[in-house]
Amino acid sequence: MIPAGWFFAVAAILFGLGVTAFFVRRDLPTQFLAVEIMLNAANLAFLALAKPASAAAAQTIVLFIITVAAAEAAVGLAVILVVFRRRKSVRSEDLRILKG
Amino acid sequence: MAAVLFWVFSCVSIGAVLAMILSRHPAHAALWLVLAFASLGGLFGLLAAPFVAVVQIIIYAGAIMVLFLFVLMTIDAKAGIPGEKRTFALAAAIVLALLLLAEIGLAARSLLLAPAAAVSDSIKTAAIGRLLFEKYLYPFEITSLLIMAALVGAVALVKKKDGA
Repeated sequence: MIPAGWFFAVAAILFGLGVTAFFVRRDLPTQFLAVEIMLNAANLAFLALAKPASAAAAQTIVLFIITVAAAEAAVGLAVILVVFRRRKSVRSEDLRILKG
Repeated sequence: MAAVLFWVFSCVSIGAVLAMILSRHPAHAALWLVLAFASLGGLFGLLAAPFVAVVQIIIYAGAIMVLFLFVLMTIDAKAGIPGEKRTFALAAAIVLALLLLAEIGLAARSLLLAPAAAVSDSIKTAAIGRLLFEKYLYPFEITSLLIMAALVGAVALVKKKDGA
């Protein structure tokens, strides 16, 4: 059997890569994809670390996380579309209103 | 067999995420992520979670990523080409990610050093359904409200104003 720690290590690496992707890439859609990577890494860690007695509950909660991620994707993509319509750009460097 | 599958799936998912970071076109990034999420589904299957694995592949790698690609098609993909100050951002991001990894490793080092025995036998889908409609019934119903709100919100956001 594979130790749960290995799965956790993969989840940690994926989360780190997601953080890296968020800061390296400068366009909104790809940054949004990076957030999805982090969500999935969290799911993997959740499943890997669940105790055998509560494995079914862990899987149910992961299903909830996936559902919330779908809702988040719908709203986030709508926001990206609105930003693109107003500014003709999806580069996060072009969004400087908050900088004053 | 399980160990081989574990290495294949984890290497494919990490490699696909790396390729996603390095690809210049957002649509290519999304396609790489489909591969990463599909192999993550394989890892879920190895963790004795077959139902979640199938949901991951159908909903995540299928529906959500296709939605992504659909939106990417409507916007100017060329706008996503990286700027000039990339090297500094890359170095900062790598340092930050390594710090984060070290922090996670430190926090969970007992888990990594003395790994617990992995998951037991496979969970029956019926058990998940029972939990979903008995113990977690209220969260389940609230989730449907959330999806409805997200749907209406997305439509309201994207809708063109009259006369504008």
